[in-house]
Amino acid sequence: MDQIVPDVRIQAEDFDVNEEIRKLTEGRGDVGAVVTFSGLCRDEGSTLSALELEHYPGMAEAEIKRIASDAIQRFGLLGMTAIHRYGKIAPGDNIVLVIATSPHRQASFDGANYLMDFLKTRAPFWKKEHMATGEAGDWVDAKDVDDQAMERWKSS
Amino acid sequence: MKLLYFSWIRERVGMNEEVVDLDDNIKTVSDLMSWLKSRGDGFEAVFEHPQIIRVALDQEHVDDLETSLEHTKEVALFPPMTGG
Repeated sequence: MDQIVPDVRIQAEDFDVNEEIRKLTEGRGDVGAVVTFSGLCRDEGSTLSALELEHYPGMAEAEIKRIASDAIQRFGLLGMTAIHRYGKIAPGDNIVLVIATSPHRQASFDGANYLMDFLKTRAPFWKKEHMATGEAGDWVDAKDVDDQAMERWKSS
Repeated sequence: MKLLYFSWIRERVGMNEEVVDLDDNIKTVSDLMSWLKSRGDGFEAVFEHPQIIRVALDQEHVDDLETSLEHTKEVALFPPMTGG
């Protein structure tokens, strides 16, 4: 069987979820499950006007490809798309999209979950807050809970 | 060797990237961090606690600070990641 290559894109512009699902499913009869995850910018109780996403060009794409390729192999996925935006993103707008496809649902749920858990702690992106008051915001701190979410995949 | 800085590390050292010519006695990631700390100003504050800094050699994460820099062209130094 040919190696399944993930479709990974790092871009400033928004994405169209339906269009991305169509690319993974059109013209094939073997896909029985599609799981999508979208991550959106929150306003943290109306305190933020935007998040600014900085990334390491080259490595951001390479690292997500490594994680997505692992997910395809580990869960037997039929396809995987991951799109991560950078630049200034307003509350309610998209930051990240993950789509996993497989014959049955569990592999797609697990694949999308696995990709996000590793992406959070291994993909080189950093968020800076822009405050609604116009004041300079801080860089978002990494969360221990994200490290724990990644670690749980190592024992199972 | 090219050094890249991101996020608050970039802001505190005051540059995105630089090209450095390292002495022969700087052989590992740990040696590099010690040298960076000795450069004063923003560098000293950033590299005071090297355990919180993440390092990638030629765009791959390294977990062991004793990893050799031999044949490395690009070293990136950044805080824990917060994407997604």
